[in-house]
Amino acid sequence: MCNLKRQLLAGPYLLWMAGFILLPVIMIFYYAFTTTSGHFTLLNISSIFASIHLKSLLLSLKLALICTGVCLLLSYPLAMILNGMKEKSQGFIVFIFILPMWMNFMLRILAWKLLLSNNGVINTLLEALGLPGLDILNTPSAVVFCMVYDFLPFMILPIYNAMSRIEDDILEAARDLGAGTVTIFFKIIVPLTMPGVVSGITMVFVPALTSFAISDLLGGGKVLLIGNVIEQAFMQEYNWNLGSGLSLVLMVFVIASMALMSAKGEEGGAGVW
Amino acid sequence: MKLKKIMLCLLAGLFLSVPFAGCGSKSSENTLTVLDYGKYLDPEAIEMFEEETGITVDYEEYITPENMYTKYRAGAIDYDLICTSDYMIEKLIQEEEVLELDYGNIPLSENIDPVYFDFSKSFDPENKYTIPYFFGTVGILYNKDMVDESKVDSWKILWDEDYSGQIIMADSVRDSFMVALKILGYSLNTTDEAELKEAQDLLLKQKPLVYSYLVDEAQDEMISENAAMAVVYSGEAGYALEFNDKLAFSVPEEGSNMWIDSWFIPKSAKHKENAEKFLDFLCREDISMMNFDYVYYATPNKKTKASLDLELQENSTIFPPAEILNNCEVLKPLDDEVTMKINLLWKEVKAAD
Amino acid sequence: MVKKSAQRIYLSLIFLFLYLPILVLMVLSFNDSKTRVQWGGFTLKWYQNLFSSSSIMEAFWTTLAISLASALISTLLGMLAALGIDAMRKRNQAVMIGATNIPLLNADIVTGLSMMLLFVRFTRLGMGTVLIAHITFNIPYVILNVLPKLKQSSRTAYEAALDLGATPLYAFFKIVWPQIRPGVFSGFLMAMTMSLDDFSITYFTKGAGIHTLSTMIYTEMRKGIRPEMYALSTILFLLALALLLFMNFGPSARKAETRQ
Repeated sequence: MCNLKRQLLAGPYLLWMAGFILLPVIMIFYYAFTTTSGHFTLLNISSIFASIHLKSLLLSLKLALICTGVCLLLSYPLAMILNGMKEKSQGFIVFIFILPMWMNFMLRILAWKLLLSNNGVINTLLEALGLPGLDILNTPSAVVFCMVYDFLPFMILPIYNAMSRIEDDILEAARDLGAGTVTIFFKIIVPLTMPGVVSGITMVFVPALTSFAISDLLGGGKVLLIGNVIEQAFMQEYNWNLGSGLSLVLMVFVIASMALMSAKGEEGGAGVW
Repeated sequence: MKLKKIMLCLLAGLFLSVPFAGCGSKSSENTLTVLDYGKYLDPEAIEMFEEETGITVDYEEYITPENMYTKYRAGAIDYDLICTSDYMIEKLIQEEEVLELDYGNIPLSENIDPVYFDFSKSFDPENKYTIPYFFGTVGILYNKDMVDESKVDSWKILWDEDYSGQIIMADSVRDSFMVALKILGYSLNTTDEAELKEAQDLLLKQKPLVYSYLVDEAQDEMISENAAMAVVYSGEAGYALEFNDKLAFSVPEEGSNMWIDSWFIPKSAKHKENAEKFLDFLCREDISMMNFDYVYYATPNKKTKASLDLELQENSTIFPPAEILNNCEVLKPLDDEVTMKINLLWKEVKAAD
Repeated sequence: MVKKSAQRIYLSLIFLFLYLPILVLMVLSFNDSKTRVQWGGFTLKWYQNLFSSSSIMEAFWTTLAISLASALISTLLGMLAALGIDAMRKRNQAVMIGATNIPLLNADIVTGLSMMLLFVRFTRLGMGTVLIAHITFNIPYVILNVLPKLKQSSRTAYEAALDLGATPLYAFFKIVWPQIRPGVFSGFLMAMTMSLDDFSITYFTKGAGIHTLSTMIYTEMRKGIRPEMYALSTILFLLALALLLFMNFGPSARKAETRQ
């Protein structure tokens, strides 16, 4: 009885979700399946197979996968180091990674643009050291670079969280039973941090797949991601039906790949923070 | 139980109503909603207008004319006054979305040099919808140290492999097709599919040489010498020249595009009177001067121009001379079908490897 | 020893990576040149101009108001929702959590656009629509922060309190609240941070003349950002840093630690 009453507390949230999550998604569906004059059509959806759209989707996928991979490679050792530091307060570490977000992300990307440009600080420095210049601005590499920069905290935090929850007793018990460092790592640490890794991958892969601002600013107009195609359809071409159709495809794509991920990790998106 | 449910509903209702409370109250007041290009009007001028008239100005910005069209067509905001480029105004006039101006309410519009009203006739044939705000051409901004100056009189230099990776191309459909079409000797308003395809082939051929496709950021890249040349609007070139004296500007001999950005009152206007007051205010000599200083594009206001330093008046980068203007075409709107086609061709260029 | 220093170097490199652009922006805020690509000497004038620039200050207050209001409302809604979800059966819980994840999983651009489609159809865009949109994408962060704390907390203590005659509200504040407080707090902070940093969703749902710092920067991006913006960002960043240091090393933080 008491349980039922408590469940009702979710009521306002449910109402809110119906109004501002479900209804907008329905709007997307509506636009996706109609023409400008309101007739039913499948053209908006099937246009994902048009060569440019398919190409940009594949490029987005490729960049998002690279970005996720790099983030994972960077974050895992980092989380282990942080965990080993016997930090005073877990909150502090979390905040250190969130703190950069208090500087507007577009300004930070702009700063990278300055740093990476032909005559920017990094290239001047490299030149002074007699090293070859880093010529990545306006290429997909620059876009990946900044995606990694922007999304890295979303990978570090869940992994670090999962890692800090592993109790020392377990590790000690393993050691007492004669397990080596390598065995402990693969048999205990990796499996126990899996949920964190899964959350991290989700939190990085999705925004990387759908981002449009980063490629807009750092791609020099030469990197056309699926996000850019959608944004252009909406904001430049005034073709909301096409934009909705492509958004829908993207949405299905994201949800499918996430379902695949969470089938592997038990808890999926929960316990991220 | 029941009571709790009611409470919850009330609570939810409260949440829902709070955000909306702020919306409705403003619409009937003495306001003016203006839509303009980004950084195209000195914010201080707006403050002055608010002080002088007591009208509250909601000032909204956009990036490209296509972007403006979407914002207007979305219909979620009732704009009273819009500034945009020639071909987009013509499109809106054709769609009957533009209201006639009552020039009697804008006496200071006589400050505008009639020459530019004549130019405006290409999109506003009877001069009844618009007031010119700024104008200019499109050309090549280049770095004298990095580029062979004997070649900049032709768009072809943008296809010169010696400058591979140092060329900044315009990131807008119409401007980049303009360049290609001009090289081929076609009109920049062509609707001929074969001609457009030819232009696309040319742009595809150019892509490997391009450093980046940019609109307004090109000036910064040129100032910091990250690239050798860029396709830019004349006004931006004038701005860039101020910061780096190695830069120079040229409008190629094949001809180019002359653009006029003008103000008009759209059908959605709820405060036409205020909009006309604001237009009159913009034509005033001191305000026009403030905006010229702020934007640094060529002003059609003859009083403002006359009060500038002679050196500035004769600056051919900012104020394109007549012989250049006469070699230029004004963009025309394309019908929906051609627009879709050219958009697709452009997207293919952008997505190419 | 070698391992230790290797770790140190790795850590420093990551921090350099994260904070280098911020350093650049701070330097830019002292740059006496109108264009960001040239160094024109040291100046403090952007800081002086900042406070007299009404458009930037207005955007700043709008940003602050929206993120505070949306964080507060979404924390309240999200906390209630978490309590409710926690009481549900496993199966319903999974459904609810899945649904909660939708805005997180959805592209920012799709969330923003879908809301725009809704608002355009039924109302006018204004400040209210931005607030609604922000609350919507903030709630999931709160729920996902609070729910794990609820799962960790023991249900028995709460039930025991009820059995002993405590009112649910009293039992909640005495027993449940202290256990979920860190989650609620970090949820609030997450929500606020997300809201502060958001661009896409605000961009699509805002009305005329309303600017948050993000949208203002985006429109200025093309033609050069006013240097006052760098000054403001620097101030904001330093404030956040000070707050963070205070929370972790200030008097109250120490007390909390000893209690742990």
